Amino acid sequence: MARFILRRLLVIVPMLLVVVSLTWGLIRVAPGNFYSGEKKLPAAIEKNIREKYGLDKPWYVQYGRMLSNTARGDFGESLKYPGTTVNSILASTLPVSATLGILAYLLALAVGITAGTIAALKQNSRADYASMAAAMLGISMPNFVLGPTLVLLFALRWYWLPPARWDGFSVHLILPVLTLSAVYMAYIARLTRSGMLEVLRSNYIRTARAKGLTERQVVMRHAVRGGLLPVVSFSGPALAFLISGTVVVERIFALPGLGNYFINANLNRDEPLIIGIVAFMSIAVLFFNLLVDVAYAFFDPRIRY
Amino acid sequence: MATPSSSLAVPPADAPRADAPVTGTSLGKDAVKRLRKNRLAVFGFVVVCIVVAASLVGPWIIERATGYTYDYIPTDPSLVNAQPPFTAPDGSFSWLHPMGTDDAGRDILARVLLGGRISLMVGVISTFVSLIIGITVGATAGYVGGKVDEAIMRGVDVLYSIPYMMVVIVLLAFFGGRSAIGQLVLLFIALGAVSWLTMARIVRGQVMSLKSQEFILAARATGVPASRIILRHLVPNTLTIPSVMLLESFLSFLGLGVQAPLASWGSLAADGIQNIAVFPWQLICPGLTMAITLFSLNFLGDGLRDALDPQMRKG
Repeated sequence: MARFILRRLLVIVPMLLVVVSLTWGLIRVAPGNFYSGEKKLPAAIEKNIREKYGLDKPWYVQYGRMLSNTARGDFGESLKYPGTTVNSILASTLPVSATLGILAYLLALAVGITAGTIAALKQNSRADYASMAAAMLGISMPNFVLGPTLVLLFALRWYWLPPARWDGFSVHLILPVLTLSAVYMAYIARLTRSGMLEVLRSNYIRTARAKGLTERQVVMRHAVRGGLLPVVSFSGPALAFLISGTVVVERIFALPGLGNYFINANLNRDEPLIIGIVAFMSIAVLFFNLLVDVAYAFFDPRIRY
Repeated sequence: MATPSSSLAVPPADAPRADAPVTGTSLGKDAVKRLRKNRLAVFGFVVVCIVVAASLVGPWIIERATGYTYDYIPTDPSLVNAQPPFTAPDGSFSWLHPMGTDDAGRDILARVLLGGRISLMVGVISTFVSLIIGITVGATAGYVGGKVDEAIMRGVDVLYSIPYMMVVIVLLAFFGGRSAIGQLVLLFIALGAVSWLTMARIVRGQVMSLKSQEFILAARATGVPASRIILRHLVPNTLTIPSVMLLESFLSFLGLGVQAPLASWGSLAADGIQNIAVFPWQLICPGLTMAITLFSLNFLGDGLRDALDPQMRKG
């Protein structure tokens, strides 16, 4: 297990190299520059800017500097917000996105697993149909439709909740978290249901029943562990998707998170900020995938690393 | 009996018993029969057909009937404003704009139908792109196995851990915006190129697990070529059009996807959000259309998967 984790952690290096190089290459190959706007700059000013940011150096020098920056974890100053380091932007935006993402996923796990288990235990009952129909709705409803609809109802019509903005850990979070978690809730409910249905038919559950355990013990102690395997393996890609989900939700609710900054950084061609966020997100995704694999070994005793 | 391999699918429960004379049934015929029994899937199929037909011929009909196209702005300045659905400028009932108009007085129904055309097109073409890449890679890895498999899947693993949405955003932000058509092509490529990874993994997993099962062995024994086995039994597992459409709408919502004057459901919703407190129908109409379409597509997809997988019927 320790060797497995170590090996997976070592993958970070080539992966980061690929991502960062790809992003850097895309930025460099694209026409235009962060200082090029509607008006053409006088040649002298352009020369000064290029010198200041080292753009007059050959490409391999710039590439090398970017790589060494990434390796040291110091991405330099933002081009759009001079005087602000990328690291300080990461430090201020991360708590927003992380709070949102983690709360949404926890909510999705809690509701999804409960609904899915109930649906599986009472297959073809009304509860089953109702929760599966709700899940289908959750999957089909884009969050940029769901979010504004919730705002329209709860904030603009009934005045129950604040419509947008970031205000730390407060009621302001309710609508964004609900919006973000809906899809995951739905997926998890469906996965739990199908996983549980399959497990409940398996031989070891029959054994558990045969040895006289109560239904509750059978479900809680034996079925859940196997039935949740699909949910565990879904969590890896889900966390990656959660990143794209937060981009949209942060937009809708005007939250100062990583996603919002990332979109703006792209529109502003703010290279250090883009590289910094991409590198950070890649590490985060890899780390979550590793966590999922470790969890998988815990849930499925047949798996050995 | 269509092909030797298809007849080897497990016969349905209501099929003649072994001692009765066996009439041939194919996987395809079986699937259609099962699909038709699934009321939700049939409902989904009907709605999808309606949406596809409406987005194909709808804009043409609207133009003939009212003169409005997706980017027609009325020449009469008093009409250049937002009107609620089914409402004439004087407030009385009117069939002219069943979904109302936007700030520029453009007919939202015409825009939604154009958006549907584009969203569906992006969904289908990008899925096709990713299918070709994903199935080729995944099926090769799973079927050949051994060192080839290991090398391919290592590569996929590395690519998989990239938050690809971010790469797509970089790609679209830096290379997009030149022309509306160029942007569409960029979208096809970008979405197709990122969604093949999941496809490759699914297909590989399916090939691996099915490779050892009896019906594949039987198909092989009857001399069906490997490519045929993979296609016939595994393609049903790759119904990802709705998720690609969602991805496209996210990007368009963020302003990185389809560019004006074209519209997609995502970009329409983004426009609608600006005025949500005053003109809610500008968000609700495209949003609801999209939700209903995805809802139906998902039901259809679920039904298809169940119908095409003979083992699912037990559940």
